[in-house]
Amino acid sequence: MVGAWLVGTVAETRKETSTGRSILLDVPDWPGNIAGQHVDVRLTAPDGYQATRSYSVASAGDGSRVQLAVDRLPTGEVSPYLVDDLMTGDLLEVRGPLGGWFVWKPEQTAPVQLIAGGSGVVPLVAMLRSHGASGSTAPMQLLYSVRAPHDRFFADELETLGNVTYAYTRAVPAGWPSPPGRLTKDALAAATLPASESPAVFVCGPTGFVEAVATWLVELGHEPGAVKTERFGG
Amino acid sequence: MSIFTRGFSGRGRDDNPALPPGQYLTEDFPVLSAGPTPTVDKADWEFTITTETGETHRWNWEQFMALKIDQVDTDIHCVTRWSKLGTSWRGVSLDTLFADVETSAGYTMAHSYGGYTTNVPLDDLLDGKAWIAFEFDGEDLDPEHGGPARLLVPHLYFWKSAKWVRGLTMMENDDPGFWEQNGYHTYGDPWQEQRYW
Repeated sequence: MVGAWLVGTVAETRKETSTGRSILLDVPDWPGNIAGQHVDVRLTAPDGYQATRSYSVASAGDGSRVQLAVDRLPTGEVSPYLVDDLMTGDLLEVRGPLGGWFVWKPEQTAPVQLIAGGSGVVPLVAMLRSHGASGSTAPMQLLYSVRAPHDRFFADELETLGNVTYAYTRAVPAGWPSPPGRLTKDALAAATLPASESPAVFVCGPTGFVEAVATWLVELGHEPGAVKTERFGG
Repeated sequence: MSIFTRGFSGRGRDDNPALPPGQYLTEDFPVLSAGPTPTVDKADWEFTITTETGETHRWNWEQFMALKIDQVDTDIHCVTRWSKLGTSWRGVSLDTLFADVETSAGYTMAHSYGGYTTNVPLDDLLDGKAWIAFEFDGEDLDPEHGGPARLLVPHLYFWKSAKWVRGLTMMENDDPGFWEQNGYHTYGDPWQEQRYW
């Protein structure tokens, strides 16, 4: 059941990339959430006009702290406010958690391959955090496709969260062994768990990225039912 | 009672009466799906309606294309809050497909290639309210948008318009389909904002 709208207080915001930030909310009535779930965020103007959008939650588990990470969409209405205007101490209405499909629970024992495009990494970060916090022994690794090193969300934390491989599409760090470029099927195969290990695969990113990656995964022998996708921009 | 959001004035105020509450207009055609896009060859495609007695009505692509084809101009509304107005489709009305189907069951489960399911009351499929659509904007329906053919039930949130549809099974009870088991509303009326349960 999705409950009522809850009032959260912004505890902290942090710039993550040139267009994105993370937002830590204190939501006293938050019921906790499973890694991968979303939340609806509702903004209300002085004349009562409201705009609501769904965002993936970067945090997981019990407790009243909810972290979002939001990328500013140039034509957006809610994301520019969240990235540019929202300040510590502001109140923000949320409702959730939402969604029961694109989720990972610590009791799942199969190996897990996470594949992110851009800010699609957010729900996958929740899975890595949940995995780490639970002491799960299931192998879990992330392939993170991103434009350039400074476009990585949670860059420092990902260094400590474990097994992360980067694929840079526009610019690479100094000394990187290969030039930037779009992810290919071969590069995907080389950087992810093979179908023979029957991993649970989670793919999140822009539609074109998710469409290409999911198709390649099936061609590489992964069971379609083992590949869960989530796309933004829709 | 909602709180006001400091510093937010809003941009929209899209008071278009065609826009259900909580929706915004998009010119794009975003994609929502739960897994890889299945590859369905028209040569292998078929659509079936199976009644509560087990009787199955079956059409292959050629038989399907020989049916009366409707032009459908309609608005579509996704639960993820985008709406797209004045979309243009071609498809076969469910009235045509149900013409010879005898059933007293009140509900249907739509089944898709790839395993997706969604539940829709029979009344919401009949009387000119739903189609099996195979063309969008004058082109064959893209696989990522449900091609070769998808259910089109535009008066409900768009997840009810099952992509890659392969058949309908009649049900006595309104059992939940895939998204309905995963948090979405069992009926999904955009004008009532029936997004989640």
